[in-house]
Amino acid sequence: MKLWELTAHQLAAAICRGETSAAEATEAYLERIQAVEGQIEAYLTITADLAREQARQVDARLSRGEQVGPLAGVPMALKDILCTEGVRTTAASRMLENFVPPYDATATARLRASGAVLLGKTNLDEFAMGSSVENSAYKQTYNPWDTSRVPGGSSGGSAAAVAAGEAAFSLGTETGGSIRHPASFCGIVGLKPTYGLVSRYGLVHFASSLDQIGPMTRDVRDCALVLQAIAGHDPLDSTTYQGQLPDYLAGLEEGVEGLRLGVAREYFGEGLDPRVGEAVRRAIGDLERQGAVVEEVSLPHSPYALAVYYTINPSEASSNLARYDGIGYGHRTAEATDLEELYRRSRSEGFGDEVIRRIMIGTYALSSGYYDAYYLKAQKVRTLIKRDFDQAFSQYDAIIGPVTPTVAFRVGEMEDPLAMYLSDIYLAPVNLAGIPAVSVPCGFVDGLPVGLQIIGPALSEARLLRIARAYERSHDYVRLPQLEVKDNG
Amino acid sequence: MARVWEAVIGIEVHAELSTRSKVYCGCANAFGAEPNTHVCPVCLGLPGSMPVLNRRAVEYAIMAALALNCQITAEGKFDRKHYFYPDLPKGFQISQYDTPIGHGGFVEIEDGGEVRPIGIRRVHLEEDTGKSTHDPVLGTLIDYNRAGVPLIEIVSEPDLRTAAQAVAYLSKLRLILKYLGVSDVKMQEGSMRCEVNISLREKGSDQLGNLVEIKNIGSFRGVERSIAYEIARQREILEQVGTIARETRGWDEANEVTVAQRRKEQASDYRYFPEPDLVPLRIDAAWQEKLRRSLPELPDAKRARWMREYGLPAYDAGRLVEAKATADFFDTAVSRGGDPKAVANWIIGELLRVVNLRGGAIEEMELADLPTSPEHLAAMLALLEKGTISSKLAKTVFEEMCDSGRDPETIVKEKGLVQISDEAELEQAVDRVLDENPRVVADYRAGKKGVAGFLVGQVMKATGGRANPQLVNELIRRKLD
Amino acid sequence: MKLSKEEIEHLAWLARLELNEEQAGRLAGQISRILDYVEQMNQLDTSDVPPTFHTLPELSNVFRDDIPDRSLSREKALQSAPARHQGYILVPKVRGGEPQ
Ligand SMILES: [Mg+2]
Ligand SMILES: [Zn+2]
Repeated sequence: MKLWELTAHQLAAAICRGETSAAEATEAYLERIQAVEGQIEAYLTITADLAREQARQVDARLSRGEQVGPLAGVPMALKDILCTEGVRTTAASRMLENFVPPYDATATARLRASGAVLLGKTNLDEFAMGSSVENSAYKQTYNPWDTSRVPGGSSGGSAAAVAAGEAAFSLGTETGGSIRHPASFCGIVGLKPTYGLVSRYGLVHFASSLDQIGPMTRDVRDCALVLQAIAGHDPLDSTTYQGQLPDYLAGLEEGVEGLRLGVAREYFGEGLDPRVGEAVRRAIGDLERQGAVVEEVSLPHSPYALAVYYTINPSEASSNLARYDGIGYGHRTAEATDLEELYRRSRSEGFGDEVIRRIMIGTYALSSGYYDAYYLKAQKVRTLIKRDFDQAFSQYDAIIGPVTPTVAFRVGEMEDPLAMYLSDIYLAPVNLAGIPAVSVPCGFVDGLPVGLQIIGPALSEARLLRIARAYERSHDYVRLPQLEVKDNG
Repeated sequence: MARVWEAVIGIEVHAELSTRSKVYCGCANAFGAEPNTHVCPVCLGLPGSMPVLNRRAVEYAIMAALALNCQITAEGKFDRKHYFYPDLPKGFQISQYDTPIGHGGFVEIEDGGEVRPIGIRRVHLEEDTGKSTHDPVLGTLIDYNRAGVPLIEIVSEPDLRTAAQAVAYLSKLRLILKYLGVSDVKMQEGSMRCEVNISLREKGSDQLGNLVEIKNIGSFRGVERSIAYEIARQREILEQVGTIARETRGWDEANEVTVAQRRKEQASDYRYFPEPDLVPLRIDAAWQEKLRRSLPELPDAKRARWMREYGLPAYDAGRLVEAKATADFFDTAVSRGGDPKAVANWIIGELLRVVNLRGGAIEEMELADLPTSPEHLAAMLALLEKGTISSKLAKTVFEEMCDSGRDPETIVKEKGLVQISDEAELEQAVDRVLDENPRVVADYRAGKKGVAGFLVGQVMKATGGRANPQLVNELIRRKLD
Repeated sequence: MKLSKEEIEHLAWLARLELNEEQAGRLAGQISRILDYVEQMNQLDTSDVPPTFHTLPELSNVFRDDIPDRSLSREKALQSAPARHQGYILVPKVRGGEPQ
């Protein structure tokens, strides 16, 4: 077995035991990137020198017998929307082509502190707006299971890197499904934590009331391990949860015996590819056989979730992206004869179509005379959506269903922005309610991965991971696709 | 028949709060540093940075609202106000829209001997912008040191009618904020700024005319002059049956005129919505009460107490209370044993004269900025009372106290200013003067008792002013009678 | 909800975006369709429903103490600025630069 084939927890243990070193692991990953990146295009920036230096430091500490963090020496990739001090952070936008943050995101800093080694920054849809990485201003990332297809998005680069063995794990971010969607398309585990569980400080803003950072990993144990490293109160993010957190690894193997699972009726309606539905139902049946109590549950307001989501999301985005004005940082136009022109040119040159579309919608929804009918109305319907979940969770420990209506689609296949928006149908309600959900691989359709979604009440991550693990251990799916390896010899 | 016009004036004041750090980040809140040295990801509005609210800024805003007799908003929040300007790094200002810290208050001003309440519509907390400097050759230079400094915006009701009332209102606001210690309120440094809204209507009408906003006013004098100018300008237009354009005008200090500012092609739309990166602000009764109890004595209460307890004349009390520095000076000097009336006289007569001479603006000063301390004045008054120094020399001692900042005992000792009350010593001086002035002595003895004053003066002169004049007088009379 | 050309232009101005003719036309169509879609929210009666601006319940009054913290070095603070001059961020001379 090659080093890059190990999961993060296996690799961390091997390094800790001295069976291999951080430097060897890092070189193995850099070689793997060299070999397959040409087909995948997962990275926007590769930080080979920095990675080698970090690995060297980990090995030095180990050789001195010093304490190291739980991810010591494990090579990782970060979505290029998380600030990394001294390393260009672009959000896949021309706007931030030359932006080098003078600070680390809290999640970045926590992973550095836990010993993880940064391989590079992964591709995404510009400012995380999209579900296919087709909106990246730089390049297309391809699905490692079929490189004519999209990896999902917006954290598509992170998902593809993990699936293709180009990183042991990665961080993605969600606003409306951007971790779970590509995790499902690429056949990896992706967790969207409870809003406020992971600090957003240093996460380039998209829609503040929805944004959340989460792990994207090869298996459920890795997911728990990474969550453990990044979760918890941050004095720099006022919206972080301040209470005590459980040990996410402790109860992982406890199984589902006696847990009550609700199958969301609305998630199996029109638009769901029946083969995806079948794979998901098979997985649910399996959990039932393991002792879970499975019943159907209704989330009656979920049909309105996308309408709410596509009001709140662009509204907050239009505000958050107002900071890109070509003054203090970011793209500034070469030609402007007055200040207004400098703003308008800089912004129009720096932003791609989807970003402009959202800014326009959001500006409309917040503008005088429309605020009540759009933004405020959406926040009220959001309450109804949240109440649906509260109601369901008074009877069930978790809700299960599909992650996406289809498996990965072909690059260029989805032309209509509205149709693309609608593929978030099973995802957005979770972000609106601020609750956690995990996507775990549950089979294949036409050789493409399908994800099982497990949704829980706020702060139930430990339980969700335990359910995901129960399913995972009974189905040893091939986690790494076969890729043609470029011979460098 | 000539039409009589009435101005309807409202004022918006922005005051920087004198917290140690900024309102949403830990950068130092300090004036006058090298450009862009008190900045961080938060106040630069860098991608990914997030605000965290400074508790003291909130408390200062609550204190200001309480002192202005406002209702406090129990369930509050912060909102984003969007507009584009180079000194606003995020493209929005984190402010408060529909839940200001305080609302529905008032302050009392005096106008022509009458007390007039001026409504306070709202007091809210927000962040300051950076500073743009326009260089004619290079362009705009931006310094973000000021970005994120806490500001309170105080909006009055349109209850003001004259330029004098406007100035009285601003003076009162400045005084209250100064007493609270929540702001430096220095117009020159920009820690207090104001915008005036003004419209004219025919007296007796309850209709409001079209509002004109005056910006860029940098001094109280500017407030007075710009309002006067604007009233005259609007009246002239209205009397020619023209209409006043609803617009923003800038005050041109040098030429003393208001000038229409470039009108935007389209109306602004601030697109307020609740700041999602900050959590709600709850100001419960207990917190409010704690802050209310912490409020210092405010000027009106102080003046009334001085008149009641010390019998100070209204004029004196009014003069002293008008600046926080003199009020503090008075209270401290009295608490150190100074006689209230004497302390008041020395402050009004001497201290303020010295401050004026040095070109200081007493309203903006702190106790520590004054040339001498209340402890030293109290000590000097004690020396005077004990007869250690003469009242004549006291002025010299006081001036020396102001010049050197030293205490009166040391000054008196070092400069040998102690009053001579020793009879034997004085007798020698008296004898010498009597010897040198035989004709005057003869006049006195011939019944011209008035010449004694001349002789006392000669003795004072001979002793460098240090002789105890009563004693000298007594000695002369004893010797000649 | 069909947005007019003027409305699109006004929004673009508010958002400080410069759109060419073709872009404006295409956006008008797309945005109108998206707005039509989101307007299905209006089928729900929300007159007694409070908005959910924050999903973390009961979180309020999160403060920092008024203690000055370290700022960035000027070099780091301005490292991504498009232009600077003697420690300032520089915006080249433009017409109509006065404050609003
Ligand atoms: Mg303001
Ligand atoms: Zn700062």
